[in-house]
Amino acid sequence: MRATFKSPALWVGLLFVLLLFDMRQFSPIFGWGFPGVQPEIFDRASFGELFWSHLRLVAAASGAATIVGIGLAIFVTRPAGRDFRTLVNVVATIGQTFPPAAVLALAVPALGFGPRPTAVALFLYGLLPIVENSIAGIESVPAAVRDAADGMGLSRRQVLRDVELPLAAPVILAGVRVSVTIGIGTATIGSAVGALTFGTPIFDGLAGNKLPYVIQGAVLVALFAILTDLLFARLARALTPPG
Amino acid sequence: MIDISRVSKTYDGRAVVDDLSLEVPQAAFCVLLGPSGCGKSTTLRMINRLVDFDSGAIRVGGEDVLSMPPEMLRRRIGYVIQSTGLFPHWRVADNIATVPRLLGWPRERVEARVTELLALLRLDPKAYRNKFPHQLSGGEQQRVGVARALAANPDVLLMDEPFAAVDPITRDALQGEIARIHRETGKTILFVTHDIEEALRLATVIAILDKGKLAQLGTPLDIVENPKSDFVRDFVGAQGIGLKLLSVRKVAERMRAGENAEGEPIAEDATLAEALGQMTARHCDRLAVANDAGQVIGTIALADLVR
Repeated sequence: MRATFKSPALWVGLLFVLLLFDMRQFSPIFGWGFPGVQPEIFDRASFGELFWSHLRLVAAASGAATIVGIGLAIFVTRPAGRDFRTLVNVVATIGQTFPPAAVLALAVPALGFGPRPTAVALFLYGLLPIVENSIAGIESVPAAVRDAADGMGLSRRQVLRDVELPLAAPVILAGVRVSVTIGIGTATIGSAVGALTFGTPIFDGLAGNKLPYVIQGAVLVALFAILTDLLFARLARALTPPG
Repeated sequence: MIDISRVSKTYDGRAVVDDLSLEVPQAAFCVLLGPSGCGKSTTLRMINRLVDFDSGAIRVGGEDVLSMPPEMLRRRIGYVIQSTGLFPHWRVADNIATVPRLLGWPRERVEARVTELLALLRLDPKAYRNKFPHQLSGGEQQRVGVARALAANPDVLLMDEPFAAVDPITRDALQGEIARIHRETGKTILFVTHDIEEALRLATVIAILDKGKLAQLGTPLDIVENPKSDFVRDFVGAQGIGLKLLSVRKVAERMRAGENAEGEPIAEDATLAEALGQMTARHCDRLAVANDAGQVIGTIALADLVR
């Protein structure tokens, strides 16, 4: 019970929910912080709607990046896929170094406005940490453990499922955590091409010279990212094998 | 029980195992002995097909190892390696239960087997079954490794330098355990080591390998007394030969039956080297000898050692 109250995730989560559903409570703060500026609350869509749409966008992109990233890592650590390791690494690195804004510009003509080009950009951007960590995690399984697993008569699938993946899980999860946290921040640029996210009040605020909008969007997206990161930290503790 | 027939293996054009033939009879404790790179580990790993051989044939219990899928073969052969290879995320009981579970044993039978094996390896089942490998000492880890290899009651046990990474005192204890388990279970054991003392202590038969070929096959006594080549003589160690002879002969062979002497008796299956050690430590020239039941059945004197 006491541990729960000390948990930063709880407090960050409460603050986030409060802002999400009752931003108006905080308008005196905007008034005090920016005298002379009308303390307006963004109202083109509710913050709840923005959150839901933002969450779905990131979940779709990160979910796909996680499945593809772990899949690629498994493939290049099998005897059959070993030769493709460098190639996969190069492609994933290009995916991350290519600016998401540029991916958006290229994807919009093909996929149109809205969340879809953003999901593609986020997917490519988030692939590298997952691929790299998954490969590192699988390769960190000690040779003796692998040798013993083979020697006991585990099939290849059993070695992967019962030995390699559980032992690699904490490192893989660390990659997913980085990828998702970055993805939450990066998703805001999707609002430049019509995706509904916490970036929407930011872009509206910049276009309409309404600073409070920008701050409302920025604070929410920051809290969302921090909260997600804290929850991942909890998951990582639960998943780390003893020793 | 293990029949290796004209087997060869080349890595990058270099023969690691070269037309090797070796027959290990049922219930033998066969030690593959040789310097690093002589092909002893490769030979061992070819038997459970962790390494594929290029030519020849290997039979285990009369069956060609190539006649079944490697996983099936390996579940029938116990395997122990130097760094134990225990699964770090599994408890001791789960580690030991690896092969029985692969074979689909019912839960109660697995549980009973784990308890039995922990007891066999002298680890208190209650205290140890729920520990994780990192909570064990090196010696305890290797005991669990041996228990895991024995779990599905295989006829054959392959051991690849199993005690090379533990301290000398622990090694001594583990060697005693494996010798006892061999006596009690009658398993056929193929044991790889580069340690001549270990080989002399444990083996019923020693195969010395040199550059992938069999340099000599014989009992420990045979190897020490009649080395067939300069290589074997050098490897067994020309200088310490007298002491090595003491360490392959048993007290029972030189004992004077029926006599009695003062002091703590020595076991009849102890080596002459141990008897000499006891005499040196106790400043005496005669020891009482006891049988398995602890009854004094005779004595051994200093002069008997050099007879």
